[in-house]
Amino acid sequence: MTSGVEPIVFYLTIFVLAVFVGYHVIWNVTPALHTPLMSLTNAISSIILVGAMLAAGPADLDWGGWLGVLAVALVSINTFGGFLVTQRMLDMFRKKEPKSAEKK
Amino acid sequence: MSSNQLALWYLVAAVSFILALKGLSSPPTARRGNLYGMIGMAIALLVTLALVYSHSKNVLPILGAMAVGGVIGAIVAKRVQMTQMPELVAAMHSLVGLAAVFIAIAAINNPEAMGLHSPITGLHKAELFIGTFIGAITFSGSVIAFGKLAGLGKHFRLFSSAPVVFPGQHWLNLAIGIAMIGFGIVFFMATGSEWAPFIVMTALAFLLGFLLIIPIGGADMPVVISMLNSYSGWAAAGIGFSLDNPMLIVAGSLVGSSGAILSYIMCRAMNRSFISVILGGFGGETTAAAGVEQKQVKSGSPDDAAFLLSNADTVIIVPGYGLAVARAQHAVKELAAKLAAKGVTVKYAIHPVAGRMPGHMNVLLAEAEVPYDQVFEMEDINSEFPQADVALILGANDVVNPLAEQKGSPIYGMPIIEAHKARSVLVNKRSMASGYAGLDNPLFYMDKTMMVFGDAKKVVEELVKAVD
Repeated sequence: MTSGVEPIVFYLTIFVLAVFVGYHVIWNVTPALHTPLMSLTNAISSIILVGAMLAAGPADLDWGGWLGVLAVALVSINTFGGFLVTQRMLDMFRKKEPKSAEKK
Repeated sequence: MSSNQLALWYLVAAVSFILALKGLSSPPTARRGNLYGMIGMAIALLVTLALVYSHSKNVLPILGAMAVGGVIGAIVAKRVQMTQMPELVAAMHSLVGLAAVFIAIAAINNPEAMGLHSPITGLHKAELFIGTFIGAITFSGSVIAFGKLAGLGKHFRLFSSAPVVFPGQHWLNLAIGIAMIGFGIVFFMATGSEWAPFIVMTALAFLLGFLLIIPIGGADMPVVISMLNSYSGWAAAGIGFSLDNPMLIVAGSLVGSSGAILSYIMCRAMNRSFISVILGGFGGETTAAAGVEQKQVKSGSPDDAAFLLSNADTVIIVPGYGLAVARAQHAVKELAAKLAAKGVTVKYAIHPVAGRMPGHMNVLLAEAEVPYDQVFEMEDINSEFPQADVALILGANDVVNPLAEQKGSPIYGMPIIEAHKARSVLVNKRSMASGYAGLDNPLFYMDKTMMVFGDAKKVVEELVKAVD
């Protein structure tokens, strides 16, 4: 790796590439699943929990640390709620077995 | 755990998130996709927890807070009605935004705990500034969006689904935006006492988020909610930059681009530019000023409609949000099943903005156990209308308005479901009131159209009985 390159440059590289990956992956999502997509991305955006954990991590928590703990609690609602509600929705999108004569 | 190990685990988590989104490309793979998402999240959280443990051993407050949040999240996820999904998503966006602000504050308060230099370097300050203001705007904007979607406008005018507009609004927003960036620069330059500019900047960002969303009317909510989805991702990415955390950057960008694409799709479906949606003021109080002379509509009873439906070969159902409001999805499914038993082919046509968030109507139909292979997107089914015997329109209006094909009409160019091309058209509406766009709909006056007035659920239930 070229020495002397600031870390920000690498982060910027990662960022731009991730946006491109996101762009291409998202266009492939079927419109019928756009609502589950939103709740799933919502759950994924709760990755900010990683930051909140670091904020809540010091051995001696001052007020800032407790703010981090509060952030952990708030975002955990997204983490758990987001994935579970996505699951609940996706479970509805099952192909119905031709159990009755409803389908021709 | 070494930093290298940590970074590699984060890479695994990031790949899982990409696979999760990829899984949503079709319903059969979607559940596995969600599973990938959960695995990715579990990895990211466990290694972070291990990192915190190796530093300070102080993981109990984190675990306690996660348990509290997790239980609340699980209960909400189990209880929420599918019609309330837009509100839930808006509420969740607000939490991400608020957390971003809290994390930024904690980082400024104790930079070393977050692995940053103390005092914070200029570059990190700039990144914190970006993460914070996007987070703050996401929070207050989502709170307003939540209020509008949850119908709190009855209690607080600010949550009204009609746009809240006042003279000089855009200039005020612009001024606040500039002031916010100005204080951000002061924060960036400050040495030592950076709290004051940071607090002012954050307060202005909260105010701005709030002012940006109040002028946007109920009809544009699908765009707003997608846009806030995008913001919540950018906020996470911004915090990732300030904490030198590639995990947050990757996941945040995935979410950010997802929301941006959904906003674009929604704007295109309404044929409105993103800018005009953001500037707001559309929908709500715009009354049907279009001087359409009183024309005759043909109205019929559910029995007449049932006769028409039973004798058809192909019926295409066009559901709108009015159907969901009346909670008629299950009745519709029953009707479709009865018709299918009589040998009628039944399909559903969904306009991208049929619900209150992208894909909302698909979920509502799926909840009523309508098989998803009978449900078609607008582009895929429009060519079938000329061969369809009956188009049954339930609680939709603007999305089937043929005026969209006429030059000079306010909605000219908006893609519509071409129900007017069917051999005959049945329209269920509560009254002749116009839709969000405030336009009259010539479809209702066509010779082949029969109106069946009444509450969607009652009418469909009567249809079910009458089809026998």
